[in-house]
Amino acid sequence: MNELGKAGLGELALHVASGDVSCREIVAAALSRIERLDARIGAFVAVRGEAALAQARAADEARAAGHARSRLHGLPVAVKDILASPEFDTTCGSRILAGFRAPYEATVLARLRDAGLVVIGSTNMDEFAMGGSTENSAWQKTKNPWDLTRIPGGSSGGSAAAVAARLVPAALGSDTGGSIRQPSALCGVTGLKPTYGRVSRYGLVAFASSLDQIGPITRSCSDAALLLGVIAGHDPLDATSYPEAAPNWIGALSGDVDGLRIGIPRGFFDGEGADPGTMARGREALRGFESLGAKTVEVDLPNCAFGIATYYLICTAEASSNLSRYDGVKYGFRAESETLDEMYEKTRSEGFGAEVKRRILLGTYVLSAGYYDAYYRKAQQVRTLIRRDFERAFASCDLIATPTTPGPAWPLGERIDDPLQMYLADVYTVTANLAGLPALSIPCGLTGPGLPVGLQLIGRPLDEATVLRAGDAFQRRTSHHQLAPEEFAS
Amino acid sequence: MNITRETVLYVARLARLRLREDEVPRMQRDLDAILDYVATLRELDTTGVAPTTHVLEIETPLRADEVRRVLPVAEVVRNAPEHDESAMIVPKVLE
Repeated sequence: MNELGKAGLGELALHVASGDVSCREIVAAALSRIERLDARIGAFVAVRGEAALAQARAADEARAAGHARSRLHGLPVAVKDILASPEFDTTCGSRILAGFRAPYEATVLARLRDAGLVVIGSTNMDEFAMGGSTENSAWQKTKNPWDLTRIPGGSSGGSAAAVAARLVPAALGSDTGGSIRQPSALCGVTGLKPTYGRVSRYGLVAFASSLDQIGPITRSCSDAALLLGVIAGHDPLDATSYPEAAPNWIGALSGDVDGLRIGIPRGFFDGEGADPGTMARGREALRGFESLGAKTVEVDLPNCAFGIATYYLICTAEASSNLSRYDGVKYGFRAESETLDEMYEKTRSEGFGAEVKRRILLGTYVLSAGYYDAYYRKAQQVRTLIRRDFERAFASCDLIATPTTPGPAWPLGERIDDPLQMYLADVYTVTANLAGLPALSIPCGLTGPGLPVGLQLIGRPLDEATVLRAGDAFQRRTSHHQLAPEEFAS
Repeated sequence: MNITRETVLYVARLARLRLREDEVPRMQRDLDAILDYVATLRELDTTGVAPTTHVLEIETPLRADEVRRVLPVAEVVRNAPEHDESAMIVPKVLE
């Protein structure tokens, strides 16, 4: 089998099961592509060469003995540098966590291990998942494989770029306001943010705890369903974990959307200031769904116009609290200092980058005496209005479709000095986090100078099945998700 | 909004951040712009609207009151910048 780099998880699983190729060959091919190509992209911050190969060899032996732990046993996956592991460093793209080796394992990593997947390395990210371009990492800037002068999106830009460049068949990202879906759209891959609580956050370094969720970044919806099936399910170690067992999502992919009602929020596909090509690709995708038998209906989400403002108040408030633990005492970097107070201040000032400091300051401000009600409480009330918008809309439809982003990937450096512009790139994605809903981004074509864009499908709470079924039906009849950046196509 | 230099320095002190001199005007400008933007929320009447505290309707589970294995102390302190076998070491707190 000569095209290991092009295959997704499901296809590789079939080849391994039929004996065409060994897990060792697949992992070795991925390592070789990373070594050959990643210097141009900067997707990985660490690669586990020997450990991954040893694990792949063990997987081949287990399979030969009839002890495959899952259909994905022995297949490689990359993970965002935000998941705690005793086997490799977790830095969250931050100097303050340089060299941090967790004493415990994130539940999603334990589940990958139990299913036999091989974690091949960790991927670059915006520091503490704060950013929309992967330019805020303390280690390196990741580039978009479709155009190396542009950003890959963020904050899971390393994971999305690694999948887009065919370095790995799949990766895990985390999504607080769009950090799986936005880079997936800008890199031309498939990204799913599951329902809040569907996947355990135990061992996911916290940014904004009421919004964060881990999810798969893959080549296709069927691969996303496979990987979600491995990582989802109740976890007693996470008090916000949904208590019921996860369903079989692969079984839910019937390929049929006949009669499915897709809600189109009024005004979302002709947004002022949005890129016309991106909107046009989205509208074409909707016509594609109609040709498959789906019905589109107009819905109203009036309070979603306040999504970005609501999101940035809530996420910065939660971040300022979560990041108070980085004080130079317990782990990570400590600045030289004489007194305890000086140690706190110097450690945090030297350890955090500009965007993290900006968000901590904003969060501290909106939580401070006299401002709490005007900002934080108000935002939590608007969050309720946004959730009600979705509840009303879902009375008349099964899914809601929106563009994933207002436009394609922008040039590196273009928005780094304008945080508000950067934040507005999440305008279509943040509301699914505020309402806790499952949301998927699927590639829906190229725009402008050959850059990918995505369509977002948002589902009812816990209804990943419908979201994935619709995305899979679309991908069975289109080839947008199979396009690869020319430079990394072979 | 009019975020003053003093406000930035006050909030930085609350957050235990020491800003460099060149960072202060930049943070002042950025916070001002962001707070101006989020002020649009004031247009919305939220009288009587309950704030969202949790998006899932599940109750906070209580853990059983039983002895369980915990992480070994040596492993927990290992990541501290300064430590011995059983404790993290910090600069002197009391004179």
